[in-house]
Amino acid sequence: MDLVNLFVKSIFIENMIFAYFLGMCSYLAVSKTVKTAVGLGAAVIFVLLITVPVNYLLDNYLLQPGALSWLGAEFIDVDLSFLSFIMFIAVIASMVQLVEMIVEKFAPALYGSLGIFLPLIAVNCAILGGSLFMQQKDFSGIEGAVVYGLGSGLGWFLAILAIAAIREKIAYSNVPAPLKGLGITFIITGLMAIGFMSFMGIKL
Amino acid sequence: MSSETNPKSKTEAEKKKSEMLLFLSSSEEKEHFLSKANRKILKDPLNDNNPITVQVLGICSALAITVQLKPAIVMSLAVVFVMAFSNVIISLLRNSIPSRIRIIVQLVVVAAMVILVDQILKAYAFDVSKQLSIFIGLIITNCIIMGRLEAFALGNGVYKSFLDGIGNAAGYGLILIVIAFFRELFGSGKLLGYEVLGHQGVTLAESTGLYSLGYEDNGFFLLSPMALIVVGVIIWVQRAGNRKLIEEN
Repeated sequence: MDLVNLFVKSIFIENMIFAYFLGMCSYLAVSKTVKTAVGLGAAVIFVLLITVPVNYLLDNYLLQPGALSWLGAEFIDVDLSFLSFIMFIAVIASMVQLVEMIVEKFAPALYGSLGIFLPLIAVNCAILGGSLFMQQKDFSGIEGAVVYGLGSGLGWFLAILAIAAIREKIAYSNVPAPLKGLGITFIITGLMAIGFMSFMGIKL
Repeated sequence: MSSETNPKSKTEAEKKKSEMLLFLSSSEEKEHFLSKANRKILKDPLNDNNPITVQVLGICSALAITVQLKPAIVMSLAVVFVMAFSNVIISLLRNSIPSRIRIIVQLVVVAAMVILVDQILKAYAFDVSKQLSIFIGLIITNCIIMGRLEAFALGNGVYKSFLDGIGNAAGYGLILIVIAFFRELFGSGKLLGYEVLGHQGVTLAESTGLYSLGYEDNGFFLLSPMALIVVGVIIWVQRAGNRKLIEEN
């Protein structure tokens, strides 16, 4: 039951975009059409689903104070947690490289349309943010990390899908010239975030 | 006789002249630390090429830590430091990084810089570091830094990259501070923790300043959606004044 709670919470209440603004750069840049948005969203779900559990294992068996105790009693005082940024980002960068190769091989059209943004998933704040929040939340088992990764990826996917659909429509509206493009997208995202705030009242 | 030597001497003179020009131009680049081109590198990101409002880089952290002015200022300083030095390091290494693994190299350099900042903040400003929580770590993935490393430091000299780093980080910090100013002022009636609008007591009689007239803080500004809307309005104002930035669609 806790896992279901965590899943719903990470999609709606702690939505990566609307609650923490993580991954805004690619969210704003790739949301011009629904098709590319779906591609990027799927890539983000996949990368989060893999990197969060992997980083969970790294954190628990390598980095945390006392995590190295499985090596022997003399390692019990070792605290490598200051290395967590570098370890996490290395895992993420290599995962992204993998996803890039898979997409290039099996979906060349998608690869062409995602262009520069595929390697930029590595620097998508949502991915590193997922791992850092996972570290903060201190899950009791790896299944928590899996569910959290999947949930926050899905939340990001929903957000970029919604904004892409709205932007496709808003291209036909009469927006004040200085507000066109980026400006109106920010304001719409703000309004959507207000909508998502209504989920905050839900007690899980 | 003279007809033979003349063209030769002419070409020699020309060669000398062009060499002289080359020397002059290169020495100019070296001598004037704030030559026009360098000033442009430094100044452009503040308005015409602002990382947040024009290049759309580094939005994530810009929004999350702007509830109060103090963390916004600390964050800007951290970004200035990380950006200037990672630009310098990447620019020094730019001819020896194989382009296939450049992203990982860049990430490692930036991550090392961020770890430095994080440890310094934890040691000397623990409360601010707690407040910024994961967002110091997220400087690593701040798209401004990666974007500038990719777009500038990989192709330019050390000094120019340094200026580019300072300029872009300053442009980023400028927007951050503007957002935080409005959010803290309207959201909690304070600036840097000082109650600039007067003190709000429990009853109207206990209040001073604006609050004694019945003014209330707009708590909405403390919530995250308002940050997005404030950025939207900043972009609106900037583009209304600088019409060449207006987008087609």
